Amino acid sequence: MASTLLAKVWDAHTVRKLPNGQTQLFVGLHLVHEVTSPQAFDMLRARGWRVRYPERTIATVDHIVPTRNVRRPFVDVMAEDMLAALERNCREAGIRLLDLDSGSQGIVHVIGPELGLTQPGMTIACGDSHTSTHGAFGAVAFGIGTSQVRDVLASQCLALDPLKVRRIDVSGTLAPGVYAKDIILEIIRRLGVNGGVGYAYEYGGTTIDRLSMDERMTICNMSIEGGARVGYVNPDRTTFDYLKGRPFAPSGDRFDAAVEWWKSIASDPGARYDDVVRLDAAAIRPTVTWGINPGQSVYVDERLPRAADVAQSDQPALNEALAFMGFHGGDPIKGTRIDVAFVGSCTNARLSDLREAARIVRGRHVAPHVKALVVPGSQAVAAAAEREGLDRIFTEAGFDWRSAGCSMCLAMNQDRLEGEQVCASSSNRNFKGRQGSPTGRTLLMSPAMVAAAAVAGEVVDVREMHDRELTHAG
Amino acid sequence: MPVEHIRRISGTALPLPGDNIDTDRIIPARYLRSVSFEGLEQHLFADDRAQADAAQPGSHPFSNARYDNASILIVNANFGCGSSREHAPQAIRRRGIRAVVGESFSEIFFGNSVALGLVCVTTAPETADALIQMVTADPATTIAVDIEALKVTAGDRTFDIRIPSAARDAFLDGSWDATGLLLDRYEQVEAVATRLPYVTGFAQGASG
Ligand code: SF4
Repeated sequence: MASTLLAKVWDAHTVRKLPNGQTQLFVGLHLVHEVTSPQAFDMLRARGWRVRYPERTIATVDHIVPTRNVRRPFVDVMAEDMLAALERNCREAGIRLLDLDSGSQGIVHVIGPELGLTQPGMTIACGDSHTSTHGAFGAVAFGIGTSQVRDVLASQCLALDPLKVRRIDVSGTLAPGVYAKDIILEIIRRLGVNGGVGYAYEYGGTTIDRLSMDERMTICNMSIEGGARVGYVNPDRTTFDYLKGRPFAPSGDRFDAAVEWWKSIASDPGARYDDVVRLDAAAIRPTVTWGINPGQSVYVDERLPRAADVAQSDQPALNEALAFMGFHGGDPIKGTRIDVAFVGSCTNARLSDLREAARIVRGRHVAPHVKALVVPGSQAVAAAAEREGLDRIFTEAGFDWRSAGCSMCLAMNQDRLEGEQVCASSSNRNFKGRQGSPTGRTLLMSPAMVAAAAVAGEVVDVREMHDRELTHAG
Repeated sequence: MPVEHIRRISGTALPLPGDNIDTDRIIPARYLRSVSFEGLEQHLFADDRAQADAAQPGSHPFSNARYDNASILIVNANFGCGSSREHAPQAIRRRGIRAVVGESFSEIFFGNSVALGLVCVTTAPETADALIQMVTADPATTIAVDIEALKVTAGDRTFDIRIPSAARDAFLDGSWDATGLLLDRYEQVEAVATRLPYVTGFAQGASG
């Protein structure tokens, strides 16, 4: 019978049906970071349990690392404590830690793929909701809480409820200046921030087929912002080419055997979906969020909604968001003055993102009132960007060039908004207080749009920048 | 591990209206800078509280002394969306809340809550609104959440609640702490691992 990738991967990893109806699922790869794991290791110790599959567990440090002066011990005592705890826990359990000296450190969702740890057909868990990123490879990847981190450490398993599958079919050609980020913001705007609850999102169609792995990761990354805990793309030639030669990917004959298996776990033609949604990529325009959840967005050439434009039941949320942002319904988003520009995060801090942003800023300068920073997603991304001279393009344009980490995506280090600053950000969440100031305001957009806003000092339409920058064709 | 059965929770309640209340608001990221969960409850809704209280002291429900002893939290839709941080339900549980009644929950928040023995049940939007109104009007209203009968009673009124049967069973039979269950019959886990081609290194080639 024709089935979906989700069903095949689920079946291959099913240990048993639990008495309560949940499925006990084997976890092929467990990724660990410093924020959600220390309590899990403590719980394990308190119960006298050991880590069952240390060789299927990999750790790194990303959320709390400073992006300037990464020398140990960190100036920030609490950050130092958290990293020290992670080092101790990994040492005791025999877990490989990709630390600051490894050359492979970075945001957990950036390094998994670039090291070839993330592979099609795997189940992947991590104590972080953006674990959905790894679905870009045709893995079934879940964000979990700390008690579940404990469960996976102790048993390499999770108890999970079944998921439905919604196929999201995107076809057509993206216009220049429109990116994967705009596709996923469009999907979230259309289906709502909780439209995906209970579903895995399968992204497909001619547009997705043509996207690079970096771009597919951007889309899968924000599945959770649409309420879907899992998002994936069926593995294809693009996936296999990306993986070939990566440090943890199979090599030689084993690679060919792997490709055969990877092909076999893709959704079959004629597979039945619980829901199907179709989207025309050609109609999507550069998108900017104006509110306090990622579904509150408009095209850059649109105006903010007014209370009269939305259903009565949505009016309180609209008014709350407009009041928090200090915006008025009916105003254009274009021209909104910004104070900070942030290119970074597991959504958009891979090499291709930095290239797109650099293309916009090359030969230009950041507006005098704007503080702009680029935080590469990993040490490997930073090194590759430096080899191409992207760091120089950014610094000459007035951007700060930092070392890898989560940084201002959630502001657990020193990088944060102050007061009511407005930030053009390539990250994934515009929640109240997300970027470190309780009254700080976040506008989510593509890295190219962030770069354009940094230069202009306000939200602008990247399509109006000179044509030479816009060679990207999706 | 001692098994704790959870069947019914009663007490006074704390109303927290609003949809899409995310875990960054429940516990802002700067309070995650610790290797333990201890003391998290002090920072529950820290930023929302500071803002509401600046406008009018005690105006945020979590700063309002009338709700100090509440053991049930009433919310609207998509509560706990966003970050997977278990710090959010941990802080709520450590504040003395033992059940959350709402229109809907994010899946990760729901799963995290079950693992802590924090009961989350869903109701019709009208019920959530009615409960919020009753408790706001009279904070002394006694609420009882009965997951066996699938009812919530507030004063002399009774409403239906829903909870996925797996979570319901887990609370009732005390298996909500899942680790023990996952470690049972471990040979089955090892058998699955050895069948997975990527675990065995694709040595046997494609096996489908
Ligand atoms: S970059 Fe942001 S969203 Fe991604 S893992 Fe780090 S904090 Fe989470």
